[in-house]
Amino acid sequence: MTEHHLAQLNIATPRFPMDDPRMAGFTEMLDPINALADASPGFVWRLRSEGANDATAERPFGPDLLVNFSVWESVETLWNFTYRSDHLSLLRERREWFQHTTEFYTVMWWVPAGRIPTLDEAGERLAHLRAHGPTAEAFTFRNTFPPPARDTTAP
Amino acid sequence: MTEQGLDAAGTLAEPLRRRLYQYVVARGGDVSRADAANAVGERRNLVAFHLDKLVEAGLLDVTRRKVSGREGPGSGRPAKLYRRADSQLNVQLPPRDYETAARVFADAVEQAGADNSLYAAAHNEGARQASTMPAEDRPADLGDLVALLERHGYEPAREDPAAGGPIRLRNCPFHTLAREFPTLTCGMNLELLRGLLSGFEGFCARMEPSPDQCCVAISKNNKD
Repeated sequence: MTEHHLAQLNIATPRFPMDDPRMAGFTEMLDPINALADASPGFVWRLRSEGANDATAERPFGPDLLVNFSVWESVETLWNFTYRSDHLSLLRERREWFQHTTEFYTVMWWVPAGRIPTLDEAGERLAHLRAHGPTAEAFTFRNTFPPPARDTTAP
Repeated sequence: MTEQGLDAAGTLAEPLRRRLYQYVVARGGDVSRADAANAVGERRNLVAFHLDKLVEAGLLDVTRRKVSGREGPGSGRPAKLYRRADSQLNVQLPPRDYETAARVFADAVEQAGADNSLYAAAHNEGARQASTMPAEDRPADLGDLVALLERHGYEPAREDPAAGGPIRLRNCPFHTLAREFPTLTCGMNLELLRGLLSGFEGFCARMEPSPDQCCVAISKNNKD
C-alpha cells in the first residue's frame, strides 16, 4: 500500500450567485461530475457538507470563495480525472462561471495515507504556495514533487 | 534540431522500415515480430533486423513478455514486442522552435484568462483550413474524413465502423503542450476540429476525454 496520498485544494470565485440561472451550466454538472470522481480510479476522499453531496455551501476562505478539496492515491490518478474525463468539459467552460485570477488558485501536497487533511491545513498550503512558489510542501500539476521517502509528519 | 531527430529521419528513409513503423503505429499497442512479418509480407529475420534498427533510432520501444502465458522452465523465452516510443523527435530544417513559442503563448493566454479568445481563434483557423481546401480533398463520409485527419497528424481510428461508430484520434498533434496546459490545449484542439468540420456537411466533434487518447470524438451528424 502507498504510504502517501495526494491532497488537493482548489478555490474559485463564482461570477454570479450560485442560484443565478447563469450558473446553471455549472450547478447541473455538479452531481454527475462528483459521481464520476467518486468512481474514478485512485479517488480517496472529497469534502462535502453535512447532509449534502458537495461542498458548495462551505465558505472557509471567504464568503465568495467556493472550495473543492479532495484526496487521491497519486498525481496520475488525479490528473486522469481532472483532464482525461468529462471533468475536462467543465474546466473548458470555467470562464463562463468563475472569475479569472492571476494568483495560484489550486494547490496539492502529500499526506500520510489514511489521514484526512483539514481545511486549515489546506489554507496554509495554498498560502505557502503563494508565498514561496512550488515546493515539495505545496505544488501544482505543472511542478510536481514525489511523495516523501519517509513519514516525517509524526503524530 | 537534434542529431537524434536527423538519425531517426534517416532511418525511416528505408521503405520497408517506414512500412514497419507505420504498421506498429497503426496497431496502437505491442506488436510481435511474427505479426509484423505477416503484415508486410517479408521474412521474419529481415523484419526483426529492421524493427531493431527502428528501436536503435528511438522510434520504437521494446518490451519482453511471455506470450504463451506459461511461466518457469520450459515455457520458452519471452517474446520481443514493439510499440511506438513515447519520446518525441523533432526534425525541422532550418532549426525552428515552435514548441517554446507555443508554451509562452499558452502561459500568456492563461495569465490573461483569455480562454475564449483562444477558442474563437482556433475555430476560425479550422474554418479557414476547410475553406481553402481543394474540392477533391473535401470529405463526404467518415472514411474520407479519416484520410483528411491522417494528413493533419491525428492518427484516426474508427470505433465499430460497421455500426457507424465515431472516429477516435490516437495521436494528439499538440501532445507536449497538452501535458502542460491541458484545458487550453484540448479546448483549442476541439475548436480547431469544429471549425474544420463546419466547412463540410454532416460531421460533429465533441469532447470525450479518456486516458491515452485525444479528447475529441467525431461522428456523423444526426441531422443527416
